[in-house]
Amino acid sequence: MAFNAALIAKDFPILDRKIRDGKRLIYLDSGATSQKPQVVIDAETNFYRLHNAAVHRGAHQLAEEATDAYEGARTIVADFLNAEVDEVIFTKGATESLNLVAYAMGNALAGNRFHLKTGDSIVVTEMEHHANLLPWQELAARTGATLKWFEVTAEGRLDLSSINSVIDDNTKVVALTHQSNVLGTINPLEAIAKRAHEVGAVVVLDACQSVPHMPVDVKALNIDFLAFSGHKALGPTGVGIFWGRSNLLADLPPFLTGGSMIENVTMTSATWAPAPRKFEAGVPNMAQAVGLGTAITYLTSIGMQAIYDHEIALTSYLLDGLSRLEDVHVVGPLTTENRGGAISFTVGEIHPHDLGQYLDSLGIAVRTGHHCAWPLTRKLGVPATTRASLYLYNTKSDLDSLLDGIEGAKEYFGA
Amino acid sequence: MELDNLYQEVILDHYKRPQHKKLNEAFDAQVHHVNPSCGDEITLNLRLDGDRVTDISWDGVGCSISQASVSILTDLLIGKDLIQVTQISDAFMHLMQSKGTEKGDEAILEDAVALAGVSQYPARIKCALLGWMAFKDASTQALAKQ
Repeated sequence: MAFNAALIAKDFPILDRKIRDGKRLIYLDSGATSQKPQVVIDAETNFYRLHNAAVHRGAHQLAEEATDAYEGARTIVADFLNAEVDEVIFTKGATESLNLVAYAMGNALAGNRFHLKTGDSIVVTEMEHHANLLPWQELAARTGATLKWFEVTAEGRLDLSSINSVIDDNTKVVALTHQSNVLGTINPLEAIAKRAHEVGAVVVLDACQSVPHMPVDVKALNIDFLAFSGHKALGPTGVGIFWGRSNLLADLPPFLTGGSMIENVTMTSATWAPAPRKFEAGVPNMAQAVGLGTAITYLTSIGMQAIYDHEIALTSYLLDGLSRLEDVHVVGPLTTENRGGAISFTVGEIHPHDLGQYLDSLGIAVRTGHHCAWPLTRKLGVPATTRASLYLYNTKSDLDSLLDGIEGAKEYFGA
Repeated sequence: MELDNLYQEVILDHYKRPQHKKLNEAFDAQVHHVNPSCGDEITLNLRLDGDRVTDISWDGVGCSISQASVSILTDLLIGKDLIQVTQISDAFMHLMQSKGTEKGDEAILEDAVALAGVSQYPARIKCALLGWMAFKDASTQALAKQ
């Protein structure tokens, strides 16, 4: 069946809402959080209505059903990423996933492959979301390791010209985003992963802006760890994924300790269950994990390649439309080559907060500010930008409304 | 248009022609405040003579609401004593928390009543308060030096 965004939008009850005095909602903020199809809302609700019990515990039917639903969701995620089931760990979000791996490395004692010390380095990039920057800043501060980074060019690409000195024999971790949440840039993972593995470093990928929008195969990407959020992928809030290669998860110490992540416990010590349990202490966010499984099934039924193609077509349309407007400056790559559907821009002297407010009065939801990537916006010399981020339910008509809205704002603010 | 409640002419005027937006090198206290959710920044210099505000100067980047608010603040507070300043600041805080139910007392707040509409937009209240918080911080620091 041909891809039909307007038909897909009908699966999302919120997109039927009227806002700001009867305006149709035009939601262009999926990079912050996606809207949810009815099937996901139902899946989460039905878990509570019919199956709610603590997973992996309890000798009763509900506990069995809850466990089946939760583990079923894990299998769905594993298939989606081309991962092994035991490599998929449920967290409460990508921020927790990234903190998990950073804190777990910080827990690694001398002799463990993840142990960090003075002289080692951690490599990030200037385009990281704070969630993939601060955990590494903190890990460096705690261990004495040095934090290094790839710079961003004026075109919004990573400057890899000095890749061999940025990633060197002392590098233990390379943590970067797959697709920038501000620029839309899709980073060249192949060259970076190759260099990282050459020096024995592991690659941690922040896939928050890629997994919901394009086919992602963890084996093909040649990476070691990956994080994404459920709520940006049509799923509920409160659930995220941390994926790691099984041999690495075996060596990685736990981050949170407590119930259900153990093999044996005495008054003075404990041993750990194998992954994924080792990294899932406590009763997990079960209904949310089940909801995420349903979201991924929904995405798969439409097809990730079809979703990607749709978003690229929209991105091309919007970039073209923006290029025709006077005083509009796109912050990030100007073509769809290696870029996705997060499009940031500035409009003359109109502050993004004012532009966002004006667009909101027309029913258009965009994000404004530094997008939790303050070092990046500083580097690019813009205090803030306005960002439209696209998804499967957006249409060209949404983008026409945005382009008209920008022209209206220029008139309103006298720019 | 409902938006006009927010963007009153007075606000856009102050935004386009901000008052006292040039840092005076002579000051008793200098503060730098940021709004971490949107990246707006302000540097504010304050001079006090006893309990009287003799000069406020500032520089910064931000949206029309934050810039207009601090511009209005400088017009309002320069020349006032600290008792009047407290009265005006309290009235402004009260207005910002009014959720659109109050218009503000023009006798006390003058141009600042134009910001009344901001109180209907929860995400923008902190924009309007950026300069006022900076001023409060600066006055505390300047007083501590006396």
